[in-house]
Amino acid sequence: MIDDPTSVVTVSLTIDGQAVEVPEGTSIHKACESASIDTPTLCWAENLTPVNVCRVCVVEVEGQRALVPSCARPAEEGMVVETDSERVKHSRKMVLEFLGSGVDLDQAPELQKWMDHYGSDTSRYDQYELPALRMGEAPKIQDNLYIRDYDRCVLCYKCVEACGDDAQHTYAIAVSGRGFDARISTEFDVTLPDSACVYCGNCIGVCPTGAIQFKTEYDLRQEDDWRPEDQDVTRTVCSYCGVGCNLELHTQDDKIVKVTSPADHSVTSGMLCIKGRFGWQYVQPVDTPTRKA
Amino acid sequence: MADLYISEETADDFEMAAVDATLDGRHVVVRESERLIRAGTSARHGHRHLLLPALHALQNAKGWISPGGLNYVCETLQVPPAEAYGVATFYDLFRVEEPAQAGDVTHVCVDAACQIAGAADRIAELKAQGVNVHESPCLGQCERANDATGEVAVFVQGVGGPDSVAADDTPYELFHQMGDESLRLLKRIGVVDPTSLDSYRAHGGYESLTAAIEMGAEAVCTAVADSGLSGRGGAAFPTGIKWRAVAAEQGRPKHVVANCDESEPGTFKDRVVMENDPFAVIEALTIAGFATGAENGWIYIRGEYPLATARLQSAIDQALEAGLLGDDAAGSGHRFHIEIRRGAGAYICGEETALFASLEGFRGEPRSKPPFPTTHGLFQEPTAINNPETLLNVLDIVPIGADGYRSRGTERSPGTKLLCLSGRVAKPGIYEVEFGTTLGEVLELAGGLTGSGELNAVLMGGAAGSFVDRSYLDMPITLEDARERGTTLGSGVVMAFTDEIDLVDVLVRISQFFRDESCGQCVPCRVGCVRQNETMVVLQEKGSLTSERRQLVDDIAQVMVDASICGFGHTATNAINSAIKLGLVPGVPS
Amino acid sequence: MGGGTSSYLEVEKTDVVLLWGSNAREAHPIYFHHVLKGLDNGARMFAVDPRRTSSAKFADAWLGLNVGTDVAMANAIGREIIAADLHNKDFIAHSAQGFEDYKAHVEPYTLEYTEAITGVPAEAIREVAHAYASADKAQILWTLGITEHHNGVDNVKSLCNLALLTGHVGRWGSGLVPLRGQNNVQGGGDMGALPNKFPGFQDITNPDHRAKFETAYGMELNPNNGKHLTLMLEAMEHGEIKAAYCIGENPADSEAAAGHSRALLEGLDILVVQDIFMTATAQLADVVLPSSVGWAECDGTVTSSERRVQRVRAAVTPPGECRHDHEIIGELAKRMGVDSWGDPTPQELWDELRSLSPLHAGMSYERLEAEGGLQWPCPSEDHPGSPFLHGWLWEDDLGGRAPSPFSITEHEGPKEQLTEQFPLRLTTGRSLDSYNTGVQSGGFESPIRSGDELDMNPGDAAVLGIADGERVLVSSPRGSVEMGVRVQPDIPAGLTFTTFHFPDLVDINRLTNDEWDRDSGTAEFKAAAIRVEKLLA
Repeated sequence: MIDDPTSVVTVSLTIDGQAVEVPEGTSIHKACESASIDTPTLCWAENLTPVNVCRVCVVEVEGQRALVPSCARPAEEGMVVETDSERVKHSRKMVLEFLGSGVDLDQAPELQKWMDHYGSDTSRYDQYELPALRMGEAPKIQDNLYIRDYDRCVLCYKCVEACGDDAQHTYAIAVSGRGFDARISTEFDVTLPDSACVYCGNCIGVCPTGAIQFKTEYDLRQEDDWRPEDQDVTRTVCSYCGVGCNLELHTQDDKIVKVTSPADHSVTSGMLCIKGRFGWQYVQPVDTPTRKA
Repeated sequence: MADLYISEETADDFEMAAVDATLDGRHVVVRESERLIRAGTSARHGHRHLLLPALHALQNAKGWISPGGLNYVCETLQVPPAEAYGVATFYDLFRVEEPAQAGDVTHVCVDAACQIAGAADRIAELKAQGVNVHESPCLGQCERANDATGEVAVFVQGVGGPDSVAADDTPYELFHQMGDESLRLLKRIGVVDPTSLDSYRAHGGYESLTAAIEMGAEAVCTAVADSGLSGRGGAAFPTGIKWRAVAAEQGRPKHVVANCDESEPGTFKDRVVMENDPFAVIEALTIAGFATGAENGWIYIRGEYPLATARLQSAIDQALEAGLLGDDAAGSGHRFHIEIRRGAGAYICGEETALFASLEGFRGEPRSKPPFPTTHGLFQEPTAINNPETLLNVLDIVPIGADGYRSRGTERSPGTKLLCLSGRVAKPGIYEVEFGTTLGEVLELAGGLTGSGELNAVLMGGAAGSFVDRSYLDMPITLEDARERGTTLGSGVVMAFTDEIDLVDVLVRISQFFRDESCGQCVPCRVGCVRQNETMVVLQEKGSLTSERRQLVDDIAQVMVDASICGFGHTATNAINSAIKLGLVPGVPS
Repeated sequence: MGGGTSSYLEVEKTDVVLLWGSNAREAHPIYFHHVLKGLDNGARMFAVDPRRTSSAKFADAWLGLNVGTDVAMANAIGREIIAADLHNKDFIAHSAQGFEDYKAHVEPYTLEYTEAITGVPAEAIREVAHAYASADKAQILWTLGITEHHNGVDNVKSLCNLALLTGHVGRWGSGLVPLRGQNNVQGGGDMGALPNKFPGFQDITNPDHRAKFETAYGMELNPNNGKHLTLMLEAMEHGEIKAAYCIGENPADSEAAAGHSRALLEGLDILVVQDIFMTATAQLADVVLPSSVGWAECDGTVTSSERRVQRVRAAVTPPGECRHDHEIIGELAKRMGVDSWGDPTPQELWDELRSLSPLHAGMSYERLEAEGGLQWPCPSEDHPGSPFLHGWLWEDDLGGRAPSPFSITEHEGPKEQLTEQFPLRLTTGRSLDSYNTGVQSGGFESPIRSGDELDMNPGDAAVLGIADGERVLVSSPRGSVEMGVRVQPDIPAGLTFTTFHFPDLVDINRLTNDEWDRDSGTAEFKAAAIRVEKLLA
């Protein structure tokens, strides 16, 4: 019925000594997943084009001089892949250590886990006379919907991709500057309300470190009342237009505290518009028996 | 983008005129009538490559890119302002804040050759005179750096007028092999009039293209492949394989690109060739287009080379006029046009995929390989990219054939090599030597050392290359010998350091160079370059490194070599680590 | 059976998109993501719209036709396709009927004639015709710009003719895609919330269908079609309807010529409003029944524009005395003496529906959960659901059906002609961050919200001496409102535009025309004649 058949040709490769067979075009990262090998990722996401900039998912491929990013490199017939060699472990440890030495990762539990795993020691950059250079940015709070705290930004490009080519095509933000001075920024760093931003919040949805977050979450965190362990996530459908976007309502104390969308659903691919992302506020209980119109 | 948001700032007439002159009516949105307006995704993509030229126009007009000016460019090309700002802030020659001091900006080189010739003093002097000075990475004029006179490389970025360099319009004096009969690549330097097609033809110009057309495209590819010519930019990839791969691609537009973004500190050979024998580059690129079946020729030249840019443009104009370029280039039946694009101050754009991104109107961020340029190059289309030196060799190969070409050099490194001699040598400059000449002979060719000190180290291949010590003087200059002895020829830099020079100062500068020039895309390089630089600064201040810091040097190097995206990260620790390993750095155990 | 023929994913792989009377970029932003993927994949898009909307700006060409000239435009495209011999003759012979009549009928719609009617250059009409007909896969997308006219059904039919002419229907990647304005307008229709249908688009007047429902419900059912909203309002006017029970609608704000509908609602003997908000309509009510929020406080299903039935789930507790809609209705039934309903759960209600509607029979809660929703028709548990409709057109035996007929549609133009007194055209639409009458979207502070403003062409504004931002008096034959002007180069001369999200500030539906479509009951929101005047200082 659908004249878009997915490839049925497969390739065989070896990962950590295991024989693995995957459909042609599958990334090494996905091939690892199919062999139950866990791979750390940061800039990769199900619903975004791989940019392979973070290099935390690198693996060793026999015959290749440098390590290769498993998220972006397709598995090839006969490839021999090592995911736990000394070189791989060293690179992963160092990449995480580098990140942790420059930005605040305390809202990125997944990265913290991997840093423990690989023995990353971010303190060794600071124990000398010259303090290690850090991102050093103050939070930008410019409206009531979301905030940007670039002291947590790892420049994974996800927000830029979600704002741009991979979904929203609004291009309100881009990478500006170069090297360690690179920042995610609007033109001339104007505030979001003065930029092209349409508040779809798709940047929040993909941010892995809390550098972009709901104002509701930020406020609760400021009050030390953000409790993920007490939160429920309920999947439902947006109440606005007829497209039928799936929403994940994150609730704490019987209140919606943020909204996401599943990345693997064909309607949204994890992306929403301003109404779906922020338009739920009318639901919250108010003092009157009916909600105020 | 299509539902582009443009703020209220507007460009002034001067900015608009500058942009209009550059874009020449090439707008994305075409208002055919009040009820019919054309635009669209393909039109937008098709115009994006004009962004860099448009930004150059703004920068040149006012000395900075104002919000209003940026808006005008964005509206015309339908580029989102945030993206255009991201592009503008990537390049060193663009300012996005109104400069405190109006007028021309004098860029003074602070990299190794100029550093040891007293760049810091020169900068202080100029500033004292009220000159608007900008400290610059290597400007590719290392042969001008002179410890005795205090001269260093300078590039003046014009505002409201043209850019200029010191040697504008004066005959080139720093070429010391003039008249040498054995020269292949440099035989016309100083002999031919670089502004005249007739003069070029009088010195054998365009005979190779005629011969190539007679041979046919396939035979040219075969000759280039059999000659053993390999890329002279540093990676030494076989040129014939590259050309054949592009020639084999059918059904899509194809490109040949001359990578004239010569920015490796210590390198100036391509500049000398482009300034003094520009038609040779145009002819060789035309042969590349003919051989690979590409209709589009591009020259991406670094923004700090205004004289070379002007000479190449003049050469293109004359060649077009003479029918040597165009819809039937030189009567070959093959359509071939060449367009020049100026870089804007970013070393990384010499990396081929970063160059493509820059030419396409994006930040000069390298792309992952594979896929390779031969299938997914410029605009994701098949592309052969070579630097001028590599192309010049083809002019030689075509008339004398692969065997004739191989009559010089070694089996694995046939032909000759251009070397850039600088530092403490008596006659710094560009030299063409046969592969197999030893390093010691090369230094002698350049008049030996100058000053009172003894040779301490030679930087081979530039900042991305490596240091060698006196024990390498017997090393033949070949790809294979360099590889075997753990060094590189890179882009042909041979920079001599005597023991009067504090090498740690040089290492600090090299680490600063990489820190400044890292594109910032991948984590190992973005953070690694900063941490390496911090370590060198600690060394400079303390005179030694603790064992923990010493360990860090190795750890940083390994992750950068293993996990960076491109050659920049892979080589950014080479110079420092080679110096340490050779025991050239006091206070740091090798 | 009313529904879009195609899945959202298909537009990502199509070759030509005709975006007609739709500003999906703002009104259906996530659907537009799929369109953008299609454009990035190389599709060409033509936007046919009186305004160069934010969606139209993505198009390869925008064709700015006069409001209400869609039939002429479609007929001209059809004529050009035939004249250029680009119609799909095999498909027409096999799957369509009435081609010769159609051909003869559209013959007068030459490019030049149609340029005069629509204002769009003939060459552009020709280009669209050729691009659409020559494409391997092509889709027509539309929204209320097509339907909110007095002849909205004719508009739709004239677009369907183009698909029939070219075979761009019934195949993956080609199709006709009406985008639904509200999250469950499709589901409401599917469930029988139409005056002439039972659930699953089964006809009330069909005795077999009626018998099935009578058996299932255990009671006799009214054999006559009911009235749609416009007819109800008319019946109120005649005193034929004296009581109304209004669930989740805000006709006091949302209806065209709103002043009139408000008076009618006020004149009822009894008005019961069941809503989550104290809306303008609720404020007129004798009884207000506060209900829970369907998508966040209650379990159930909704159906999207691609006919995808999806689960909604309760995430938070309804406030105060709010109760679920089905419970309120059940309680009312009990008070009216019906005991047999019991207290069914949403899932039990759904399973009853499945037993009565073949379109939904295969959609168990388990499958809806596991498969991310299912697209009807899904007649059995082992049926995968239907990504696109009308595949039968390509079957050898047409699935046992009759060939699909061409429709004959004639250009009429808007009911309300421009006059010296009312010389400007007013059309209305949505903006990205607001929704309908603003009762939901008013709940959050949008940094990009500007309020309802009248977009005017710079030339028109200059003639009237009106500056950007100036407040003006806007009048139609039905009433006047005061509002601010936004001078907008994207608006063609003679046209004005506004949103309708802030009725408390600008009661725009006082101006809109309540002339309505004979078949759909939809009023001509898209075309009123107005006059704009400077306010006296």
